[in-house]
Amino acid sequence: MSFLEVKNLNISYPTRKETIVASKNVEFFLERGEILGIVGESGSGKSTIANAIINLIDPPGEITDGSIKIDNIELRSNEEIIQNIRGKKIGFVFQDPQTSLNPLFKIKDQLIETIQAHLNLSYQDSLKKSIKLLKEVGIENAEKRIEDYPHQFSGGMRQRVVIALAISCEPDLIIADEPTTALDVSIQYQILELLKDLTKKRNLGVIIITHDMGVIAETTDKVIVMRYGHIVEQGETKELLTNPKSTEARSLVISVPPTNKKIDRFKLISPDGKEITSSSKNLTKNIIKTWGIRENKNQKLLKLEEVTKVFDDNSLGSGFSFISNKSSNDKIVKAVDNVSFELFEGETLGLVGESGSGKSTIAKIITGLISPNKGDLKYNNEPLYNSNKKYQIHNSRGQIQMIFQDPYSSLNPRFKVKDIIAEPIKFFQKNISNNELLQNVYDLIDIVGMTRQSLDRYPHEFSGGQRQRISIARALATRPRLLICDEPTSALDVSIQAQILNLLKDIQDELHLTMLFISHDLPVIRQMCNRIIVLKNGAVCETKNTEELFNNPEHEYTKELIRLMPKIESII
Amino acid sequence: MLLKTYNKIYDTDIGYSFFNSKLAVISSTIFFIILFCSVFAGIVAPYNPFDPASVSLMDAFTPPVWSEGGSFSFILGTDQQGRDMFSTMIYGSRISLIVGFASIIFAMILGVFLGITAGYIGGRYEIIVMRLTDVQLTIPSILMALLVDGIARAIISQSMHDEMAIYVLIFAIGISEWPQFARVSRASTLVEKNKEYVSASRIIGLSNILIMFKHILPNILRPILVIATIGLALAIITESTLSFLGVGVPPTTPSLGTLIRFGNNFLFSGEWWITFFPAIFLIVLALSINLLGDWMRDALNPKLKKR
Repeated sequence: MSFLEVKNLNISYPTRKETIVASKNVEFFLERGEILGIVGESGSGKSTIANAIINLIDPPGEITDGSIKIDNIELRSNEEIIQNIRGKKIGFVFQDPQTSLNPLFKIKDQLIETIQAHLNLSYQDSLKKSIKLLKEVGIENAEKRIEDYPHQFSGGMRQRVVIALAISCEPDLIIADEPTTALDVSIQYQILELLKDLTKKRNLGVIIITHDMGVIAETTDKVIVMRYGHIVEQGETKELLTNPKSTEARSLVISVPPTNKKIDRFKLISPDGKEITSSSKNLTKNIIKTWGIRENKNQKLLKLEEVTKVFDDNSLGSGFSFISNKSSNDKIVKAVDNVSFELFEGETLGLVGESGSGKSTIAKIITGLISPNKGDLKYNNEPLYNSNKKYQIHNSRGQIQMIFQDPYSSLNPRFKVKDIIAEPIKFFQKNISNNELLQNVYDLIDIVGMTRQSLDRYPHEFSGGQRQRISIARALATRPRLLICDEPTSALDVSIQAQILNLLKDIQDELHLTMLFISHDLPVIRQMCNRIIVLKNGAVCETKNTEELFNNPEHEYTKELIRLMPKIESII
Repeated sequence: MLLKTYNKIYDTDIGYSFFNSKLAVISSTIFFIILFCSVFAGIVAPYNPFDPASVSLMDAFTPPVWSEGGSFSFILGTDQQGRDMFSTMIYGSRISLIVGFASIIFAMILGVFLGITAGYIGGRYEIIVMRLTDVQLTIPSILMALLVDGIARAIISQSMHDEMAIYVLIFAIGISEWPQFARVSRASTLVEKNKEYVSASRIIGLSNILIMFKHILPNILRPILVIATIGLALAIITESTLSFLGVGVPPTTPSLGTLIRFGNNFLFSGEWWITFFPAIFLIVLALSINLLGDWMRDALNPKLKKR
């Protein structure tokens, strides 16, 4: 008899038009002291299973069949038992530490409330226990910090508090739903180490749900691969990652960017299990004809000199600028601090750093969305900002374009795909004929690998990856030379990420584009870039060629980033 | 063919929500019947009360058909000038609806324009516009309308005023309703302007005017539509109030409010129907629009959507 037994679990969500099967005949076992990973692409039903175990499925979803047993106690649909068990026997760690703590209560109150609800302890004892818990999850100065409110903690610290809450009632099982997705690499490492540590020390069963194969490789003992609510493969982590048998598992493993070497293109696996090597080579012919032949002469395309951007209270609440005084220096945030670099034609330069390192601010300064406080920017030797700090768009002539992070907000939901792509063309060629315009739009939609039928639809009819392709088509419509990619794949599943990265490499090769690639994901940066700039708190730490940076990092911060990134190879 | 369109509408989320809300179906049916009657008043109404030739003083104060002395030629009775109540109400609702729609459209154009520009441009301009709405909101709409009407009377001659009365009314009601639109559209613009599709348009180099009115405006139409619907009922009531107070449309072309005012004089002499029927009509009209607006607010709000 195993500690946790899930047998023949079926969950469905009846909607008006059809019944969506979120989980079908799911079966797995978990022992104490073991970490089980559940992976799968978005919509594969991984979170549904976790919610089913604590009976938190949103109506109208329901468990139609199956059984869930902990220590041989049946949990399914018995509200009384589940009330006692949720929180006491099962701890839950949510994805977003920003929203999983109540902002109006002190940490103390939230911990004590949970403890007293399940354990028969006095207030003083609960307080003592809370402090002990905070110490256990690695919060320094716990006696004092327990009086703080959630907003006084950083993201990583908050996730530690959430874990403290989850283990506060001595649970036997912890379910962590994407526990580190919202966190930076170094904090992710600490949180995962903490979970591993607790598993051993307290002899817990842990389920980690994630889409990150690196996390799976570094933490779990067993792994389940899911797709469309089915378990397609399960087994020992090492065995499954080195020798995946099902197509889905192979596709997941093969699309993970390797951390230890640079590959030319990602291999993709089609649903029938064959490897495909796609190329848009012949599709770009028409584009090249209209754009004219370009050559990269390895010239300097973009130059930033000592660019600084400061965010203070004045720029946040700009409306009240005439009220506030300039004396409050403590609230000034230097988002970009004296950054200088050059970008040469045809290369891909990576900007890497954790959240708040100023990567996106640099992109916004280059594209003119915000203006710098200090410094010089030159594009093709023409200044991008005049002496009044006003953006000179005619000096770049629309040649700088950007691809955004969030494919769900980067396309206007009220425009058809056709109009989204046609608008920039019409803007730059005022007297273009309708036929020519249509031909241009066709060429662009072909090159990003979408069908022409999709032109008459609206953005909400497409998946994240498809929307990102439409985004790329729109960016290409102005015939850019410089493409800025701001975390273009961080919202996508790993196999879709591989496709989009391949596409970006293809169009760069064919159309001789220069790219500035922004990401927090070191393996992705390694695959995409020739040179890398490492940023920390708005300042440049290190600029080096990619291979050199990964093989011999000089700066302490770079070393740490490379050491801490989750590596799928660590297990193989 | 008709069934096909019905099925198509039923298939959309908003259509499904509509046909599954009894309140929405009933209130919209009532509203559209009233709208139809007032648009085609010439065909629907048995008499033309504005045509002196069709009115006879001999028929004055005829009670409704079911009362003693009532006649089938005047189902809801007649007023003091012998005008058929039913026809007068239909023609009156036409004026109420024209004033209501026109003033809401005027308020919407003004408010949305100021709201979007304030939200998008920001800075001093935003402060000025938003303080202006705050000031406007402290003045009750009736007072504002009376003020505008008073000024209009002072500068326009009496004979001109009767012709101009309806425009003065539209302006007066519109000017007191625009702050709602300005507030809502500014708030929605602040949300939309930080979305990446707006950034993308700016990087392409599109002008601010184009971004505001081609890209942002279609995305904030939903909340504007909701307050426009609820505002329509309010505008019709405000118009009736003004006409009741005697500063609205002239008595020769009575609106619902004017009819209620006339009837009010005869309420205690037994001719209750002259004020009763227009009042009920007004209540039903305003209620059906308000209920429609309520449903729309819930149906267009993704947070309240039932899964």
